[in-house]
Amino acid sequence: MIRILDPGPQTTVQDLGRVGQLRYGVPPSGPMDRFAFVLANRLVGNSDGAAALECTLIGPRIEAEAPCAIAVTGADMPLSVNGAEAPRWATLALKAGDVVKLGPARSGVRGYIAVSGGLDVPLVMGSRATYLRGRLGGVGGRALRRDDRLRPFPAVPPRARRVAARAIPDYGGEPTLRVVLGPQADRFTKEGVGALLGGSYEMLPQSDRMGARLRGPRIAHRRGHDIISDGIALGSIQVPGDGQPIVLLVDRQSTGGYTKLATVCSFDIGRIGQVRPGQSLRFRALTVDEAHGLSRESDAVLDAVFREETA
Amino acid sequence: MRFLPAGDLAVSVELGEEISVEVNARVRALEYLIQQKGLAGVVEMVPTFCALLVYYDPREVGYDALCGAIAELAPQASTAVLPPARLVELPCCYEDPELGFDLEAAARRLGLAVRELARLHSGAEYLVYFIGFTPGLPYMTGMPEQIHIPRLETPRTKTPPGSVSIGGTQCCVYSVESPGGFWVLGRTPLRLYDPEAPDPILLRPGDRVRFRPIGRAEFDRILAQVEARAYAPVIA
Repeated sequence: MIRILDPGPQTTVQDLGRVGQLRYGVPPSGPMDRFAFVLANRLVGNSDGAAALECTLIGPRIEAEAPCAIAVTGADMPLSVNGAEAPRWATLALKAGDVVKLGPARSGVRGYIAVSGGLDVPLVMGSRATYLRGRLGGVGGRALRRDDRLRPFPAVPPRARRVAARAIPDYGGEPTLRVVLGPQADRFTKEGVGALLGGSYEMLPQSDRMGARLRGPRIAHRRGHDIISDGIALGSIQVPGDGQPIVLLVDRQSTGGYTKLATVCSFDIGRIGQVRPGQSLRFRALTVDEAHGLSRESDAVLDAVFREETA
Repeated sequence: MRFLPAGDLAVSVELGEEISVEVNARVRALEYLIQQKGLAGVVEMVPTFCALLVYYDPREVGYDALCGAIAELAPQASTAVLPPARLVELPCCYEDPELGFDLEAAARRLGLAVRELARLHSGAEYLVYFIGFTPGLPYMTGMPEQIHIPRLETPRTKTPPGSVSIGGTQCCVYSVESPGGFWVLGRTPLRLYDPEAPDPILLRPGDRVRFRPIGRAEFDRILAQVEARAYAPVIA
């Protein structure tokens, strides 16, 4: 068992998310940064979709009540075990009574803690992921609280591994996110499209797992900003009447009535999840075919990091 | 029919540009056909008024191949291929102003007696176009023309779950506490979304819905049964 001594501002149980429930209005949820989440699981010998913890801006303090292995990835949160600094992006063997603490993130937003075996919380609608607004999944559909205890599934101790420093993502700077224009790019002026692709947009603090609210050059519509409500894909860039974009993420509403200028590619969604309030980002357009090519490459990168480090 | 890319994992298939029972039936029929044929690479689908959002896995199917396969099915997409719709009864208490807090104002706005508005609303049969926005929330059509009504000028910030409400030509039932611009005529004691139930979602796209008027005493009785998980919704 692991016990939560201090949950931090928002720590939830996530797996790779719900599939097939969007037609009932239930979003997939799952990790904001899939790359970091999957690597945490692989480092402790879990399958990619095992349930693990996602924490936000400040990590939790947890106690291992039995021996287990953990791995911490994602946002750069200083990590200590019993007060001594410990490596992130690496397998850590814990003894009963060990206390793990993740501090405030120096860069990035979301940190991940995987536990060998994966967390044993009930499957709800086919997933263990927490959907906070819908009070669904995880531990009672809520963020973790002090004294919550989580049981991992039984597991054999994994081999200790580490991700090479050069493979650890840098969450600072001004990232460029790749998008595919559409579904409603024709509802914007040429200048409006140019604003999105040419400008720099700042992440606003009211952003969350539902959507990233951005502020930057105003995006002008053609023929109004309302459409007949339709489905909202992961990464949809919705532009309401104020011309400021909102990128819809893993806890998004399933449908909506605002125009969507472009859609962030799946392999760059995780990058948005690590952009801090006040940090800025840019967009660049790809064709669907180019995006599919890069999506295959990003799968290969994930596999390569793993293979290289196990050799 | 138009195919609109929605990133690298989804495509929006637009079957029309209007809100109508006919276009929406084609959307739901297309979803049903894609499901029945088990089109390779399709992960999940979201039907709405006039578009079907198809999520796919690009490792299993390319964009052009997927659009081609969908275009081949589209001509068969009509009401005729859909399985018979379910009829779901939602008990609704109109008579208590605590629950149907806009009933009187809506009646005034429409120039109808309060009882007449409740009678017209509960006398109709509704069709669930789709479920969306919040978990389990039905977008429904079928309102008699006499009760078509502009949305609230100032949307309220909180509407209780179960609120049976009307706006424009549509009727909806709030599934979770949420902001809203519809007039609340009454409340159903049933839960359209219950995260703790084995099957958390009550209504499905394509369902037919009827509201059965109930008094406050029956509302409270059914609510207690719902809370005790002892109430079985009437579904034909």
